[in-house]
Amino acid sequence: MARGMVIIGAGECGGRAALTLRDLGYDGPVTLVGDEPHLPYERPPLSKDAMVSDAPEIKAIASDEMLTEKSIRHIHSVQAVAIDRAAHAVRLSDGALLPYDKLLLATGSAPRKLPMPGLGERCVYLRTFADALAIRAHLGAGSRIAVIGGGFIGLELAASARKLGAAVTVIEAQPRILMRGVPAEIAEIIHQAHVAEGVDIVCGQGIASIADDGKEVRIGLAGGREISADLAVIGIGAVPVTGLAAEAGLAIDNGISVDAELRSSDPDIFAAGDCCSFPLTVYGGRRVRLEAWRNAQEQGALAARNMLGAGEAHAAVPWFWSDQYSLSLQIAGLSDEGKSSVRRDLGDGAFILFHLAEDGRLVAASGIGPGNAVARDIRLAEMLIGKRARPTREALGSPDIKLKSLLAA
Amino acid sequence: MSEWVEACAADDIDEEDVMRFDHGGRTFAIYRSPDDEYFATDGLCTHEKVHLADGLVMDDIIECPKHNGRFNYKTGAARGAPVCVNLKTYAVKVDAGKVLVQIG
Repeated sequence: MARGMVIIGAGECGGRAALTLRDLGYDGPVTLVGDEPHLPYERPPLSKDAMVSDAPEIKAIASDEMLTEKSIRHIHSVQAVAIDRAAHAVRLSDGALLPYDKLLLATGSAPRKLPMPGLGERCVYLRTFADALAIRAHLGAGSRIAVIGGGFIGLELAASARKLGAAVTVIEAQPRILMRGVPAEIAEIIHQAHVAEGVDIVCGQGIASIADDGKEVRIGLAGGREISADLAVIGIGAVPVTGLAAEAGLAIDNGISVDAELRSSDPDIFAAGDCCSFPLTVYGGRRVRLEAWRNAQEQGALAARNMLGAGEAHAAVPWFWSDQYSLSLQIAGLSDEGKSSVRRDLGDGAFILFHLAEDGRLVAASGIGPGNAVARDIRLAEMLIGKRARPTREALGSPDIKLKSLLAA
Repeated sequence: MSEWVEACAADDIDEEDVMRFDHGGRTFAIYRSPDDEYFATDGLCTHEKVHLADGLVMDDIIECPKHNGRFNYKTGAARGAPVCVNLKTYAVKVDAGKVLVQIG
């Protein structure tokens, strides 16, 4: 009898993997293990819609009924504590032992901790629904929120906090917000949107001290300014959750190291989503780790196919989005692959920067605008990147020339 | 009671493209397929209520502009994560250069 498939981590990636195993007709046992008490759910709304809702709810990837109907056993509120690779079994924190034929590690990432003394209960991170509820309880007219880190989570949270009337200060140590992965021209649009909404953004200043007495946080900046807040939300990046894999002796390289089929250094153990680093085929095998919802979803599904023996290499182009106020940003590819860029204006202030490699190949596209103004062209850019197309700068820069027409070329 | 409602002129939509149509407090998406037929569905994605008319049409698929949920716009069938609920479709006819949708 089959031992079955075990998936550790019940987020977007693990949840999708479980559903995909069943969609592909696998009929052995499928067990999904999560350390949170909830059904598998989508995390992106936590800093956006869920944060401004009066009664935030989980956006579940699968209902209880769906899991039951598909015979997916969901074990929640427990942690996987050890992998016995020789015995092909995972030990859980409640003592249970789960045998597996193939194991998927979809353990995700965890907020990077701010390595400073003085942090207390008013200094928090945002990763889980429980984190979101705790933060939500502090947001409202008259509350003062300090956001440490001008990355996506911090900025989305800042936008949500402003919608609820809180006073918001964003503190970024780098010279500008969104240093990682977002072109300066687009980061500036987002910066100005926050300023227009009344957010105080302080860039280029480190934090010298933090004092948290449980009622208030006082943040001393390197330049001497002190910021007082009811709550400090720290969003300074994420680190892959690799402890279980490392203790089992799997290769680690900025995440659980997997091949293009998402297989770890143990052929019966796969890893996918935020927790793994993998060779990105579209850039000649450059090893990357992505922290993005769509990647988690796609890799969860790909891992499921390969656990069933498909032998399929990862071929997707990275894609990412963020919503702040009425603006939506979408990025296809990794813009640091580009050596030059071409701008395409789409009207209503929306524009796309196409990033080209030295040889003229389109390697990434970054777009921003109101609503979904850039969505269609970013999607087409993603396909062009995947095809390793070399469109002319003239065509990319002329809104009259449809990107779809370049696909056929 | 179903009625035929004029949505747009037939050449308002390019081949293999989509257009938003609002009527009676509801929103629809009108499609022109690569083989020059017209179709209509509910206008909002069943995942997060995003306007599908901002999405990309490829062959008989409409892709949501936000999270890449895919539907066959001819049948309304959901075609991949994150969408699992089908889109409602509506009958369409072209008469004297106008696209008419049967709204029930």
